[in-house]
Amino acid sequence: MHTDQLLALFCAMLVLLGLIAFFTARAKATKVRTSGTHMTAQPDQYGWFGVLSTAAPALVVSLLGAIIMLLMGAEIPVAMLLVVSIAVACLGLVCGLIMVKPEFHARRAIETFVRWMLAGATLISILTTLGILVSIVGEALRFFQMQNFWDFITGTVWNPGASFLEAAGRAEEGASAAQFGSVPLFAGTFMITAIAMLVAIPIGLLSAIYMSEFATPRIRGIAKPMLEVLAGIPTVVYGFFAAITIAPLIVAAAQVFGLKADFNNALAPGIVMGIMIIPFISSLSDDVINSVPDSMRQGALALGLTHGETIRDVVVPAALPGIISASLLAVSRALGETMIVVMAAGMLPNLTANPLENMTTVTVRIVAALTGDQEFASAETLSAFALGLVLFVVTLTLNLVSVIMIRRFREKYRINNL
Amino acid sequence: MTHSFDDISAQLRRRHRKTRWLKGLSMGALGLAALFLVFFFTDMLIKGLPAFSQAQINVEVDYSEQASQLPMAAVSEDMRPLVSRGYLRLVPSRMRDNPELQGTTRSEWVLADSQVDQYLKGHHSKLSERDQALVDQLQAQGRAELRFNARFFTSGDSKMPELAGIASAAVGTMLTLLVTLAVAFPIGVMTAVYLEEFAPDNRVTQLIEININNLAAIPSILYGLLGLAIFINFFGVPRSSPLVGGLTLALMTLPVIIISTRTALRSVPDSIRHAGFGVGCSRWQVVRDHVLPLAMPGIMTGAIIGLAQAMGETAPLIIVGMVAFIPDISASFTEASTVMPAQIFTWSGEPERAFIEITSGGILVLLAILITMNTTAVVLRKRFERRW
Repeated sequence: MHTDQLLALFCAMLVLLGLIAFFTARAKATKVRTSGTHMTAQPDQYGWFGVLSTAAPALVVSLLGAIIMLLMGAEIPVAMLLVVSIAVACLGLVCGLIMVKPEFHARRAIETFVRWMLAGATLISILTTLGILVSIVGEALRFFQMQNFWDFITGTVWNPGASFLEAAGRAEEGASAAQFGSVPLFAGTFMITAIAMLVAIPIGLLSAIYMSEFATPRIRGIAKPMLEVLAGIPTVVYGFFAAITIAPLIVAAAQVFGLKADFNNALAPGIVMGIMIIPFISSLSDDVINSVPDSMRQGALALGLTHGETIRDVVVPAALPGIISASLLAVSRALGETMIVVMAAGMLPNLTANPLENMTTVTVRIVAALTGDQEFASAETLSAFALGLVLFVVTLTLNLVSVIMIRRFREKYRINNL
Repeated sequence: MTHSFDDISAQLRRRHRKTRWLKGLSMGALGLAALFLVFFFTDMLIKGLPAFSQAQINVEVDYSEQASQLPMAAVSEDMRPLVSRGYLRLVPSRMRDNPELQGTTRSEWVLADSQVDQYLKGHHSKLSERDQALVDQLQAQGRAELRFNARFFTSGDSKMPELAGIASAAVGTMLTLLVTLAVAFPIGVMTAVYLEEFAPDNRVTQLIEININNLAAIPSILYGLLGLAIFINFFGVPRSSPLVGGLTLALMTLPVIIISTRTALRSVPDSIRHAGFGVGCSRWQVVRDHVLPLAMPGIMTGAIIGLAQAMGETAPLIIVGMVAFIPDISASFTEASTVMPAQIFTWSGEPERAFIEITSGGILVLLAILITMNTTAVVLRKRFERRW
């Protein structure tokens, strides 16, 4: 029989057993109750307990079997595993029925089970973090076995060129040795991030100030959804816009000033990325500015400060930790942004300070390395994981610092909704 | 030193002028964002709307014996460059399916080549002078016109711009999001319920909270690396399939759903819980019968927003190989597939000018769906939100 059919049969049998468990356990409990004996739980709860005692052990057994097969490569026939699971289910059904007694606390048992199940679900998010760490670190280590760590961190030439020949055991055919110096990539990344921040922080912060300090509720009601629309546009759309509309505009503008700009310049993705990040900064700053207590504003106004001075000298300094935290989160997002740079920035690892030139970023190289037709074990493919590791460490640090800053702000003003 | 009232009021005027400056400046910032939005949507509409119409021309199609061998022979020589090669290619199979066509000659509206399409829309096209004159003549006779491009919504990808459609990508997106929803929604809600209603407030819980917040801020491309290393290389999930894409996106969406569900649970007042405990409910009974139903609108809003985010995501899907060329619509969770943003990405890399139009058209479709989803979320929130 086919595996799919086997699985369907297994599920059907489990459901059937579950139904039997529910109704027999409930019937037994009802009988005991009608005989006048006091029971600690409702008949339905005994029924549900029966279902749990039938299905849970069987599912655990089949899951364990599947994991053992995957992890240890042991060959267990699927049919056998499922038959064993069904047997366990029958055993669970019998045990569950035996346990239906007046003094047995079925509700408490269900409660414990639910608690463990929910805790198990929580485990998934931890496993995700672990998964990211293990997958990236594992492959990055393989990369660093091939390439020197310091060359990777401090090298200024990124030329994976002939690494696929090495992987194929034909290193001597390559014209030049592959070089993996990541400095040009990080220079490009930071350049584009800096441009994005130059656009996003002033506009985002000023918008937030306007919305929380000046705007009437009506304007607020229009401006907030408008910024949310900006946040909802997919990055691939921004990337297309940057490459097709903004980049030619910048080339034309550069020509007016007598400068020469590449079509894959760093300015276009930088500006568009900045626009993408505006709503991010403005909504976070808006929350922070709104949670500066009104008593501070009233105090400042009572001392004779004008509205503008109150904002500049009292509200913004008070909200500063939150604003910095928002900006750090924005930087972390800009560093990891992929589609805009893949579509609008260049592919050339170019160490330059001129934003009109062609530049590439870490994320572009990751995508390029993993979408090429390279063998997975080649140094170029693995370099993606090394770059990913650096990206992970940098963004993790930024996120943690930002969390600490916002926590400090929250404790200072005892706000619970941030 | 004396200060006259005039000095002081002049100073006051200056200070108030600074306030007005700040107000104007901050208003300008907001206006800039609005201006960009207007510019962006106008640009996309101008570029994308033409994709929804398509040139068709009326030609004599000769279903001769020769045409069944050599499809090119079905139309006269001077018309050949104007007719889509994709249409011609199907002539033999159509003749096989409809034997009554054999040997007849009929005048039909057929799909024009993308160059004709570009020419009729007034864009730059590579048509020769002679062909341009011919198209002008056909148009004057009413034998060439722009019609609604239904094919765009019903067919899959193609290397010929006049044949390319978004349907296969839309099906791929639907399957991928189904997987994402099926995995992320239950796990996300369960995690949030545990953290908000069951978990003791200790170090471990705090660690989990920090971990979840951090997951929400990790660059999406790293989820792609996870999907590649764990799901594909380790568990052997088929590459490029909606299954692996959906699982990867599910992990990415999980923190969004957890965080919004927790907010929704927190907004249910404690008095509800106290009342439940007061009549002897257990914790699970209170959560199942009272807290969760009351928090449901908020949870649904969060789920829709999370899904919309996942729907627009491209980077992790490129890493797990969902940029495949999918000409046919396939509704399978384990076969190679593509999603709408990835399709847009593939099209944007095509060198032909006509693909810019197709790409923008795809973007308009994607944006329309996303805006609908987000609006639904907002309406849901407005409609069912309860102020306690």
